[in-house]
Amino acid sequence: MTQIVKISDDALARAGGADKLAAAFEAKGCEVHRTSSWGMQWLEPLVEIDGKGFGPATLDDVDAILAGTSDKAIGVIEEHPFIAGQTRLTFARAGKTRPLSLEDYAAHGGWSGLKRARQIGPEKIVEEVTESGLRGRGGAGFPTGIKWKTVLGAPGPQKYIVCNADEGDSGTFADRMAMEGDPFALIEGMAIAGEAVGADQGYVYLRSEYPDAIRKMNAALKLCADIIAPFKCEVRVGAGAYVCGEETSLLNSLEGKRGEVRAKPPLPALEGFMGRPTVVNNVLSLAAVPHILMEGGAKQYAERGMGRSKGTMPVQLAGNIKHGGLYEVPFGITLDELVNKVGGGTASGRPIKAVQVGGPLGAYIHPDQFDIPFDYEAYAAADALIGHAGITVFDDTADMGEMARFAMEFCAAESCGKCTPCRIGSVRGQEIIDRIRTGGRKRDELELAPQMHNAKKNEGRSVEEEIGLLTDLCETMKFGSLCALGGFTPYPVMSALKHWPGDFVNNPEAVEKALDAAE
Amino acid sequence: MSTKEQKIGEIIAEHQGREGPLLPILHDVQEEFGCVDVEAEAIIAKALNLSRADVHGVVSFYHDYSPEADPRPVVQVCRAEACKARGVEKIIEQAKAAAGERVKISTVYCLGLCSAGPAARTGDDLHIRLDEQSIAKLVDNA
Repeated sequence: MTQIVKISDDALARAGGADKLAAAFEAKGCEVHRTSSWGMQWLEPLVEIDGKGFGPATLDDVDAILAGTSDKAIGVIEEHPFIAGQTRLTFARAGKTRPLSLEDYAAHGGWSGLKRARQIGPEKIVEEVTESGLRGRGGAGFPTGIKWKTVLGAPGPQKYIVCNADEGDSGTFADRMAMEGDPFALIEGMAIAGEAVGADQGYVYLRSEYPDAIRKMNAALKLCADIIAPFKCEVRVGAGAYVCGEETSLLNSLEGKRGEVRAKPPLPALEGFMGRPTVVNNVLSLAAVPHILMEGGAKQYAERGMGRSKGTMPVQLAGNIKHGGLYEVPFGITLDELVNKVGGGTASGRPIKAVQVGGPLGAYIHPDQFDIPFDYEAYAAADALIGHAGITVFDDTADMGEMARFAMEFCAAESCGKCTPCRIGSVRGQEIIDRIRTGGRKRDELELAPQMHNAKKNEGRSVEEEIGLLTDLCETMKFGSLCALGGFTPYPVMSALKHWPGDFVNNPEAVEKALDAAE
Repeated sequence: MSTKEQKIGEIIAEHQGREGPLLPILHDVQEEFGCVDVEAEAIIAKALNLSRADVHGVVSFYHDYSPEADPRPVVQVCRAEACKARGVEKIIEQAKAAAGERVKISTVYCLGLCSAGPAARTGDDLHIRLDEQSIAKLVDNA
């Protein structure tokens, strides 16, 4: 009998050499199945034979793996603590199926949600999604059921389902893994959304930085066109603008315009793509829907989690972490568990200095706060955000002053330019942080000129005054920006300044004093 | 009609019936010619009944479109937070030194390989767990 060997064709495994590895096993006479990834990324490329895993495998390991003598053996994959500790609902098929096999998808419960959705009709679908407690997984956490209800109730002959697959946040890759590993689940979710609100056209706005996901989604859509009909769906490729992950800017981009943010209202649910009622949902929200629509799925989903954060979240462990990858768990788990227990601390072996949750716009969290439970409201109360649930770990060599400056630099590079606090504030923010780090600011030539009557001649601006200015600027950006890019950039900046003042100036007490005064 | 005009015409014809055809058209033009230049903007504007300013505004907004073709091979290095946490800033100088004038090193914010950085992209190929040697080798082979 031919030996069946499973190797993932996920982009990360491929970048690690999975294609060559697969060819090597084939040359040895094995039957290689290219499956989705289990999400244990530190072990990629992971080779699976009869349920047992070997990784990270290289070409030199092939013979030993087949002979059963490899020192890369990790035992039975499903019993590995990283997998056994998870509750996989959205990623139930991860590691188990071939992404583009309709046969595999159907054999693992695929299309049953859509089938049932078609039987129960729009009102009941919306009711079940509401009942499940599913909240938008893109970051804002808006209840999906309520959004769908609005679109269902909106008048109009043409409505749309738009999937936001512009996953630009650093430290996040769950959307990519969902699209590359289980594309039919996302498509099924979109078709169910279409059924629920009366839309027959869907678009997946997919970032150009994900070539593998683009290829897989296009292939998957072709394969299942008959199954989802009359619902139609196509992939639209983004063009490298981070801000297009914001839903209104995404819609503008989809229409072929500059990806500038729109003011809300009108809500996209009422006037979205081409001014028509549109559901805009994140990949993870839509990919969670097929499970919810299965018999009893909504109830099963709602039973998990804590408070108003229901169900599971595919958490992404990234950055300087020993065991990085995808970890789907019910809400409520603490950061300490995620980072230290599951993630095993830093990859470098050095102490953890900071953890950024929620991508470039998320706050830097100090190890002292690691008992905070994973919950939308708990994070909001701590001046932080869950965002897309990406967790980026930094060891003690990180310079948090530099990271704060980078947050402003990133905002300046990616700002759409529509509103002033974000467009100009981010540039001024970089300058102020530079001045804080170099010890304040001397009067320049212009200010010293005798004509400048109002400029003080004797002194420059002290570090304390600069910090006051930065605090003020951050307030303005937070409350005055049109979208989350300018609005949330203050989170990483201010959290870094508050927790690691020593990375900005030599005398941290001055920062504390200045921050107190600014409040 | 020049061959360029003809080719752009073909690309436009392929997408014109779609809702919001501009970005797909620009992607194909960029792919075909390595840039979306002023001439291309004018042809597209005319075909879609837009002003040239409208089209130029879109072209200049997105990082993926360039006004001039660059014949150099490109290595896109991720320099976002997760790759910074894994030390990309320590190896970027090596990459630049290896690149010299021959290769273009461009910055990309996130390739979604955040637990295995530093990461880079050449064409549709992705590279992970880069260090000083491997990034220099990557640039040399670009």
